[in-house]
Amino acid sequence: MRNILTICGKELKSYFTSPIAYLLMALFGLIFGYFFASATVFFVNAGLRQQLGGQQAPMSVNEYVISPLLGNASVVGLFLIPLISMRLFAEEKRTGTIELLMTSPISDWEIILGKWLGAMSMYLCVLGVSAINVALLFAYGQPDWRPILTGYLGLILQGGTVLAIGTFISTTTKNQIIAGAATFSVCLLLWVLSWVSSYNDAGWAQAVAYCSILTHFEPFSKGIIDTKDLVFYISAIFLGLFLTSRSIESLRWRA
Amino acid sequence: MIKVEGLTKRYARNIAVKNISFEVGQGEIVGFLGKNGAGKTTTMRVLTCFLPPTSGKASVAGFDVLEQSLEVRKRIGYLPETPPLYPEMEISTYLTFVAKLKGIPHAEISKRVDEVCERTSIADVRETIIGKLSKGYRQRVGLAQAIIHNPPVLILDEPTSGLDPEQQREARQLIASLSGDHTIILSTHILSEVEQSCSKVIIINAGEIVASDSVANLHNRRHANEFIHVEVAGAPANQVKQRLEQVAGVASVEYRDSSDTLAAFEVRSLENYSVRPELARAIVQSGWNLTELRPVGESLEEIFLELTKSETPASKDKEEEVVAQ
Repeated sequence: MRNILTICGKELKSYFTSPIAYLLMALFGLIFGYFFASATVFFVNAGLRQQLGGQQAPMSVNEYVISPLLGNASVVGLFLIPLISMRLFAEEKRTGTIELLMTSPISDWEIILGKWLGAMSMYLCVLGVSAINVALLFAYGQPDWRPILTGYLGLILQGGTVLAIGTFISTTTKNQIIAGAATFSVCLLLWVLSWVSSYNDAGWAQAVAYCSILTHFEPFSKGIIDTKDLVFYISAIFLGLFLTSRSIESLRWRA
Repeated sequence: MIKVEGLTKRYARNIAVKNISFEVGQGEIVGFLGKNGAGKTTTMRVLTCFLPPTSGKASVAGFDVLEQSLEVRKRIGYLPETPPLYPEMEISTYLTFVAKLKGIPHAEISKRVDEVCERTSIADVRETIIGKLSKGYRQRVGLAQAIIHNPPVLILDEPTSGLDPEQQREARQLIASLSGDHTIILSTHILSEVEQSCSKVIIINAGEIVASDSVANLHNRRHANEFIHVEVAGAPANQVKQRLEQVAGVASVEYRDSSDTLAAFEVRSLENYSVRPELARAIVQSGWNLTELRPVGESLEEIFLELTKSETPASKDKEEEVVAQ
């Protein structure tokens, strides 16, 4: 456990000693802020129109602002997360520091979990920027906090999945750019897989669509925690980390 | 302390190390000598548990590198060819990180960091970011990293490469100062380094051990007869040559070089004869000026070149590339 925390702390620190942490947080803040502004303006206008039309049924902030906002955040995440995971192993392989880690008295699993948790912490920091916007909603309205919580849980699980995949891809190359680009492509593919089910009802299409990471996110943004989605994310994270450990081991055998 | 038996390491296409065996006793400093791509780095990587052997056994302090890898790693300090440094960290942060990795108890970490900084004389720059350090300092930080958990075994891959002569001397002194409590294997292709700091030499060529002996034994094992370089001034060369040939114990005198004032020869003695005093006396008694008289022992360099002469030099180059990956 101590070794995992050592590695995790080192990873997190190295994000913050380079500009990457600040860049990611700024980018996410900017994009999320834009989505937030347009969603609230739309919400206010629609609400005004409804009142002018004489309808009294109250509009839900959760339904019109938060849920689409979290959906957007999950897509933005797909673009930003490869930038977090790409350096994890690729950089250590390029500079040779992987030799230090792999000849120290710690197991491969501790290295992998430490690195993944370090990347997760970085992702949480990025996600944390959006708390400013959500706080504004609480300051000026009464949104239901439960769907927000499940939405963030969904974002964390989805981020964990993509980071696990990215960690694995990062072990396969010395080049961060290649690792980043490959992870990004895989993310994109995993996103658009869900489109298959829109034009095909066959069993295989359903199966393919099931693998899409975004379809499993939607229920979370609506405040629903479904075991099926939890299982999907957790097993995907496990698969990614398992592949990483295999890849690290093959690194030893192939040199 | 270190025991290697029938170790073979095969990469996809070629064999880096072929069936080598050697032993290193407690407190010995062993020089691992070989050309680039001879298999030095591969052997060290197997010993440090970075690479598993293809076949054969290797053990450190009684623990097998494959079966009890974590136990071995606790007992080894390793300085790879490029020091494994994180350029964005400060030296003290880096050493603290390594100390944690090596499992040093929390309470002792800062004390150990202070100690190794002192020992490798980097205390004055310990708050500097590693990326800004010169090559010499990086090498010292690398060494500090290797000794931080006070391991009984140190494995140093070309610890002096890329340093200037002054830094090389310092690095050698540092290594020599560690020799008491540590068993050290260091690889190098600088021969004088081995002569100066190692008690034992293992010469490896194309993945095979071609010699494994003490430095002194290596010097003596090839020729029992002496070679002496003699320079004489103020006499005709042929007269000197004749006179030298008459000295008891001289097998042959070879003409090396001469000018109007100076004649140089290489004298070979018969086996087990020490002819230097006689040569000096003969020259002085003839009324000539003896300007130089020194033994030309077969240097380690010559022994090394002789032993590592390979029949197919071209095919060996690829190994290093694979190792480097």
